[in-house]
Amino acid sequence: MTLYNQTIAELHKKLVAREVSSEEITRDVLERVKDVEQELKAYLTLTEEAALAAARTVDAKIAAGEKIGPLAGIPVAVKDVMSTKGVRTTCASKILENYVPVYTATAVKKLLGDGAVMIGKTNMDEFAMGSSTENSGFNPTMNPWDIERVPGGSSGGSAAAVAAGEAIYALGSDTGGSIRQPAALCGVVGMKPTYGLVSRYGLVAFASSLDQIGPFTKDVTDCAIVLKALVGHDPADSTSLEYEAEEYVEALQRDVKGMRFGVPKEFMEEGVEPGVKQRFEEAIELFAKLGVEVDETTLPHVDYALSAYYIIAPAEASSNLARFDGVRYGLRVEGEDMIDTYMKTRAAGFGDEVKRRIMLGTYALSAGYYEAYYGQAQKVRTLVAQDFEEAFKKFDGIISPTSPTVAFKIGEKVADPLAMYLSDIFTIPVNLGGFPGISVPCGLSDGLPVGLQIIGPTFGEGIILNAAYAFEQALGFKERPSL
Amino acid sequence: MEYEAVIGLEIHVELLTESKMFCDSTTRFGEEPNTQVCPVCLGMPGTLPVINKKAIEQTVKTGLALNCDIALFSQFHRKNYFYPDMPKNYQISQYDLPLASGGYVEVEMEEEGYTTTVGITRVHLEEDTGKLVHVGGAGRIAGAEYSLVDFNRAGVPLMEIVTEPDMRIPVEAKAFAQKLRAIIQSLGVSDVSMEKGSMRLDVNCSVRPKGVEEFGVKTEIKNLNSFRSLERGLAYEIKRQIEAVEAGEEIVQETRHWDETTGRTSTLRTKEYAHDYRYFPDPDLVPMELDPAWIEEITSTLPELPDERRRRFMEEYGLPSHDATLLTATKASADFYEEAVSLGANAKNVSNWMIVELASYLNAENLEIDECAVTPRHIAELVKMIDAGTISGKIAKDIFGEMFETGKLPSIIVEERGLIQISDESEIAAIVEAVIEENPKSVEDYRGGKQQALGFLVGQVMRLTKGRANPALVNKLLKEKLS
Amino acid sequence: MAISIKDVEHIAWLARLALTHEEKEKFAGQLSNILEHAGKISELNLKNVAPTSHAVPVSNVFRDDVSGPCLEQDEALANAPKREDGGFVVPKIVGEPAAM
Repeated sequence: MTLYNQTIAELHKKLVAREVSSEEITRDVLERVKDVEQELKAYLTLTEEAALAAARTVDAKIAAGEKIGPLAGIPVAVKDVMSTKGVRTTCASKILENYVPVYTATAVKKLLGDGAVMIGKTNMDEFAMGSSTENSGFNPTMNPWDIERVPGGSSGGSAAAVAAGEAIYALGSDTGGSIRQPAALCGVVGMKPTYGLVSRYGLVAFASSLDQIGPFTKDVTDCAIVLKALVGHDPADSTSLEYEAEEYVEALQRDVKGMRFGVPKEFMEEGVEPGVKQRFEEAIELFAKLGVEVDETTLPHVDYALSAYYIIAPAEASSNLARFDGVRYGLRVEGEDMIDTYMKTRAAGFGDEVKRRIMLGTYALSAGYYEAYYGQAQKVRTLVAQDFEEAFKKFDGIISPTSPTVAFKIGEKVADPLAMYLSDIFTIPVNLGGFPGISVPCGLSDGLPVGLQIIGPTFGEGIILNAAYAFEQALGFKERPSL
Repeated sequence: MEYEAVIGLEIHVELLTESKMFCDSTTRFGEEPNTQVCPVCLGMPGTLPVINKKAIEQTVKTGLALNCDIALFSQFHRKNYFYPDMPKNYQISQYDLPLASGGYVEVEMEEEGYTTTVGITRVHLEEDTGKLVHVGGAGRIAGAEYSLVDFNRAGVPLMEIVTEPDMRIPVEAKAFAQKLRAIIQSLGVSDVSMEKGSMRLDVNCSVRPKGVEEFGVKTEIKNLNSFRSLERGLAYEIKRQIEAVEAGEEIVQETRHWDETTGRTSTLRTKEYAHDYRYFPDPDLVPMELDPAWIEEITSTLPELPDERRRRFMEEYGLPSHDATLLTATKASADFYEEAVSLGANAKNVSNWMIVELASYLNAENLEIDECAVTPRHIAELVKMIDAGTISGKIAKDIFGEMFETGKLPSIIVEERGLIQISDESEIAAIVEAVIEENPKSVEDYRGGKQQALGFLVGQVMRLTKGRANPALVNKLLKEKLS
Repeated sequence: MAISIKDVEHIAWLARLALTHEEKEKFAGQLSNILEHAGKISELNLKNVAPTSHAVPVSNVFRDDVSGPCLEQDEALANAPKREDGGFVVPKIVGEPAAM
């Protein structure tokens, strides 16, 4: 029985029924990793021993007749941007190549506390900056649908791992689309929750006011299960909200008839690939069949969202990444004196994209430019959020393609940072407003997955999960990558 | 031409809290290096700050005591600069929205006979940095081979108080700083010790021709580690600036270092390093909207402040302004005074013995009143013994040194040394008669109208009684016998 | 907004990044491009718009002044590139004084 290609919900049932053990599942997933990892390179660190030990602990509990939670004994992959005590956490950067944290991120801790079995840490764009995972300081990750193509990014390792069955589910982080875009490009479900719903404590910060942790899963049901386990107030994160999470799995079963979704006309004016556009239009038709009304709407300032994002995110990043200086941890390139050491360490430790964004952000915050760039960008942020709020007065949610393209070829956009930035054009505005968004598979274009994005209002996770589930059931997308 | 100086102060005060400003590490002083630290205050990747409410309360308290307006909306910003004592290479501080602003302090210039008002621009809160220990080069930063960083103090709440440039002479700056210390002591929010570094002074100073409104170019003086060096450093710097201006030189805006041993200030920055702190709101922390009711509650619990205490000392103990000012200059001395008086000693006499004798011993030994062996009980007993005629003032002065050295109570010293005053009239009369008999020349002189002769005869009586004879009685008896 | 080599040098200094001459030229071009795009936002008149620095309108998040366990010195220094006598070793500090 192959286990690696099953869902959390299926495996949980089998565990409880004692049809399989967690160790069997874990071994099956590890076996799968061995088979495909050479081609995919989704992981930066594997924690095989710890995984098997965790699996046996859960098996012992089951054997003792203890009740287990829905995630107990299920293998998970964690994006290497979350701090894991005793397990190397690199953020795919040379500057943290040998960094072993002394504490564990709250989100990971919650899962481990629920009996999750961590398989390893996944590859990503260095410090989560990128849309293709090519900016990893170590190696790119390949898309399991076509290993000549990128898996998207920045959480490309997590997306590829789930798509290829190298993990049953995974955690990623999303600052401007870094969960939703790779989920779309790898044909899996990925969600960015409302900002503040999941603790950021232990998530190595890229842009603090935009970053959120979220799940990659094979289907919407699993997404609801993992989300439920992740949410909750954390006193260690001042931006973590006190919010009583609803029962997301129950929310899936609600009738979607009568729901209203808006399609921002500004989005469809952008350069959406014909194949993607076609799948999206079919998705609208499918919603109509489900009794969901889809109408055009407008987000008047959304054209400015990308600009604002590429000021705000680098500005915060320039400050967040100042701590990587070779004093307390990480790489150190010894120079003549302190300043020389800083300069050499950071020059050697960071890749080009990280340097580019640090410089961009430094510039945007520097004397004489703050108001024109950062100040102005924060105001644009207000307007973008207001546009969404306005739309949510009329609509339950907003839908769009997750990404304007399918997975592109490795190397295709490396030389042109701006072209790469455009691949997050539909996901970025959502982060600026802090809203939840989910990407759910919506068919193939030329054999490559297309993602549908559903955006909800603040705390609208139940709404978008419900709609995504209804869509998933109606579409019946069952294709798996060839790998 | 006549010049005047324009002086403003920036005072940093470490608050007394159990845990740090943004994490729960302990704040114990003098522990082994890097043992009062956690992932947050070490700036480990992924960690987040959470505001210590007590520090906010203490800052609000200080703001209120300095007659400031308390901000109903306040925020923390990041101040970005690289320095090895800063774990994140940014300091969480406040920028345009400090907790308190627009206050003033009245400073009594007792010796000079006037009162001056010093405006308080702002009071804000930030985190302290770590400590650098320089190895090689005699422990100074210049010439050191390398340095060791200890982050125990990193993250301790640090309050910054900025004054208006309202002071004109060094002694005003000193009097202000002392007054500020007394206020903070009375609030109990810091131990304000210059020695331990929990109170640090930075001074801005410029000169201008008298009558001119425009400010001159200012310099900043660092390393003023005592009130004495504040006064000396300023005096030196003012003189230097006036001489430079008169010689037609331009004053350079710069930071200067005060050297206590040479008594000079010198340029600290060898090269022009433009600081550009790139302040922006810390996205990891949410704004503070203080509840007016909470501020009201803090106001109602403010303790008696030095100004009120000074007025009360004048009213309740009938002290002249001069005495009241000196006694309330520190909380410790005011407490000392009140305790001595409460033990039944005469209020004015306690004051005299404290501000003359005790003060001069403390000065000579460079001790604070709560650091010496003399307690309120000592002073009270001493004053009571004088007032009861048990010892003379002269004897009291004689034994003060031993009391100060050993901490022995005056009654014990007097008994050990047999110094009890002779107030028995017949005993003194016998000695008086003997002295008259032995000094016929002086007796004759006195009778002939030479008043000084009486002094000589009194002295002889005192010599014979080793100073123990009651001087008033000796005077009275001599006059009687000689008339 | 064109970014000159001199601008790149200043920014790289503030960010403590050593750059080769080729890198400076490359980044000057790329940053100019990106800022030209990002500069779109300066078209907007936003005088009366409040800035957003947090995605969710929350205020007053405090913790009580209670201390918790600290790291052992060994844990604190575990990742230090260089350590000595319980401290993090840093090279000699030349030129720039602390800001505070």
